[in-house]
Amino acid sequence: MSRRIWDFPGGIHPAQNKQQSVHTAIVRADIPAELVIPTQQHIGAPSKPCVAVGDRVLKGQVVATASGFVSVPVHASTSGIVTAIETRPVQHPSQINGPCIIVKPDGNDEWIEHAGIKDYQSKERSDIVAAIRQAGIAGMGGAGFPTAIKLGLHPETKIEQLILNSVECEPYITSDDKLIQERADEIVAGLQIMQWLVNPAETIIGIEDNKPDAIAALHKATKDTNIEVAVVPTKYPSGGEKQLIYMLTGKEVASGGLPSDIGVLCQNTGSAYAINRAIHFGEPLISRITTVTGDAVSHKGNYEVLLGTPVNALLAQAGASTDNASRLIMGGPMMGFSIHDSQVPVVKITNCLLAPTKKEIAPPAPEQPCIRCGSCEQACPVSLLPQQLFWFSKANELEKAQHFNLADCIECGACSYVCPSNIPLVQYFRYGKGQIKKQQAETEKADRARERFESRQARLEKEDREKEAKRKARAEAAAKKQAAKKAAAAASPASSEGDQTATAGSSSTTNNASGSTDTQNSADRTTALKSAWASATKRWKDTEKALKIAEGNGGDQLEAFQKKIEQLKAKADKAKALYDEAKSSTASIISAEPSKKPSDANDPMSILKKESAEDFAAWKAAQKLSLEAEENQSDDLATLRQQEAVLKQKSNASKAAMKEARAKEKEQMQAKKSAEDPTKQLKLDAAITRTKAKKALKALESLVPDHASYAILNTAYEKALAAADVAEAALKAAEEA
Amino acid sequence: MTENISAIISLVALALIFGSVLGYAAIKFATDDDPVADQIDALLPQTQCGQCGHPGCRPYAEAVANDEDEINKCIPGGEDTIQAMADLLGKDFIPLDADESDVNDTPVVAYIREDECIGCTKCIQACPMDAILGAAKQMHTVIVDECTGCDLCVEPCPVDCIDIIPEKQTQQSWAWPQPNGAGISPGQLIPVRNIA
Repeated sequence: MSRRIWDFPGGIHPAQNKQQSVHTAIVRADIPAELVIPTQQHIGAPSKPCVAVGDRVLKGQVVATASGFVSVPVHASTSGIVTAIETRPVQHPSQINGPCIIVKPDGNDEWIEHAGIKDYQSKERSDIVAAIRQAGIAGMGGAGFPTAIKLGLHPETKIEQLILNSVECEPYITSDDKLIQERADEIVAGLQIMQWLVNPAETIIGIEDNKPDAIAALHKATKDTNIEVAVVPTKYPSGGEKQLIYMLTGKEVASGGLPSDIGVLCQNTGSAYAINRAIHFGEPLISRITTVTGDAVSHKGNYEVLLGTPVNALLAQAGASTDNASRLIMGGPMMGFSIHDSQVPVVKITNCLLAPTKKEIAPPAPEQPCIRCGSCEQACPVSLLPQQLFWFSKANELEKAQHFNLADCIECGACSYVCPSNIPLVQYFRYGKGQIKKQQAETEKADRARERFESRQARLEKEDREKEAKRKARAEAAAKKQAAKKAAAAASPASSEGDQTATAGSSSTTNNASGSTDTQNSADRTTALKSAWASATKRWKDTEKALKIAEGNGGDQLEAFQKKIEQLKAKADKAKALYDEAKSSTASIISAEPSKKPSDANDPMSILKKESAEDFAAWKAAQKLSLEAEENQSDDLATLRQQEAVLKQKSNASKAAMKEARAKEKEQMQAKKSAEDPTKQLKLDAAITRTKAKKALKALESLVPDHASYAILNTAYEKALAAADVAEAALKAAEEA
Repeated sequence: MTENISAIISLVALALIFGSVLGYAAIKFATDDDPVADQIDALLPQTQCGQCGHPGCRPYAEAVANDEDEINKCIPGGEDTIQAMADLLGKDFIPLDADESDVNDTPVVAYIREDECIGCTKCIQACPMDAILGAAKQMHTVIVDECTGCDLCVEPCPVDCIDIIPEKQTQQSWAWPQPNGAGISPGQLIPVRNIA
């Protein structure tokens, strides 16, 4: 039994300080008044609470389920009531509170129904790995990596060496030592389960030579097995996973690689014990052995503590006076961290609780400048250059630090230990690592942000495009409609014009629909022509004005102006002629189809009225024109006069027609009404005549007596008055009758 | 004479061959995007905040790549980004073009005071990250993990219920602080060398 032991470079030999706690047997710690169970006691994703406040939980019951691959469930350490699920101070160097499930123990310590797996070798390996995961077992050496993931190997991975790490190289800690001394058989049983799971060529237990009792116990326990106990010389940090693998096999784990890459699997002693409890007894991981030591503790020793026990409860049981303690350290003095609050609970990774006095571990000395002595380089077990990494970390030259393999630093603290300038090198390295991680996280976030931003832009563009397409489609549809309308209009005027020239009154052959559209179209055309006429006239007038100004200024382009005016005038006249024509055709259509145009046909009066108004307006316009022409002494005064006369005639004629129509209408109405009620009719007549008389009087009063029309109005008034009297008399007679 | 001609012919032939090879490669392996702009874009923090005067990080990267803008306009990126861009483009480092009050090193996120939110969706339209969740007349909330703290959502809010607050530090986002340097006792380090 002579295994070659390789020696890793560097390393230190700090004072062991293990004797204080190794001589007493493991003591079962009391159930505390309150259990604070953090949902994260392992590396990876925090577990999800699956109990509610007020629930009664039993010992071993799952209180938080694994959420993700790198995660394990958390169990209640004793029976009791869940009093709260909240954030509490936890075992994290950041001193940030973490989510915890608070259980108030009922003192019964009542187990949930559980049973071990009998004859596990007949089961599927994956079932056993799942059972280990369900038991919540995570690496108990200090890192807390879920054990089941390590054991759930890829089928192609061949494990040559299975190593049980019982080195426990850090000063003060004796929890593995005591566990082996007292329960070596159970540890070996757990190791055999792992052996069966990964089927290694050889199984080695690595243990430091400063634990003779434990070595003896292991030899005894492994007597009839193929497990080898390899004793390694005492040197810090031989308990580091990579260091131990190298010492026992001579194989080095590549930078950034895993032990399984080189066919090695390394497990912690505590994990082997927990696996044994889980498989053979069905007990999940709810307690662990924790060394409570330091000069401020009176009963130094190892305690089997329920997970979630607040540190102060444990210290109280161990007789520690917190006044004497300079600080509280969770883990060993080399790699542990100070805890800020004694309420912090004991968790799966808590292998040691150190309460040293000020004399034992004084506050850190001030940092001195680096003197480049190179001691740290000599001590580094990973053959890094701590002094270089220190400069780079201090100056934030993270890229250079990465080139000098900062990521391979195991943070063992050997460099800080040997530094004569008291430089907190490990803290610098942790800072550098943290910054690198932060940068990576930021880059990742930026990439994600870019992706989100770009997809949003793409989405918005797509939406815009869709909107644009919809708008275009709508516009096209509208244009088509318009075009169809135009085409219909272009087709119909020809027929309607033919109708117009042929007859004015006999268009009864035209069908209803086309007739009405014709009217509509010709009306539209009339308005268009009217506006054309108006604009032409305006231009003509404007040019005339300009001519006048030019004349005043004695401009030399008078001739050109005059020519232009003539042209414009011709245009205006033409436009007017067209308009007139169109108007008359519209009128003829309207008059031709009185029954087909409901709004107009039902009310011939309004047509007549409109016509007469238009004619009147035309006449007035003509009159104005002729007056203007007179003023300007234009040469076409004669034609204008003629036009005016024609229009006047037209206007008069239309007026007369209107009057006639009105009279007729009145007669009709009167006839209708008189048939209905003679008294009413008379009353109305009287009222009308009275109003007429009043109107006449008003007109009379507004005029001066010597006006030409005074006499006429006077007679009209007298007549109206007489008519009113007659009407009133008739009304009275009727009423009396 | 014939040697001269053969030399000329062979040189011309070589020129044609290499020219066609290069021409083919230029077409076959042509990059669509401006690789410099891509590289600059990768350095920018992607907050899409527009504080540089460009509508997003990519347009700023393109402007810098085309020498249309200085490298010191990215306020969220700070001096680290300027340094990185200066290294990439071979330019000199120039200080950040911003008032000191604008520069904020601590990461921030938007927070909607949900009691006051009226559900107008204006902030949702303003968010370049799609990091605000909500619907018309429903309460809105910020997806903290996706928020870049660009504060573009603050201005459109008609009831001023959006705050820009420092990002909450978690155990995961926490990192060890840098020791204070020579002459000062390190805070959290355990002085192992003093163990008796």
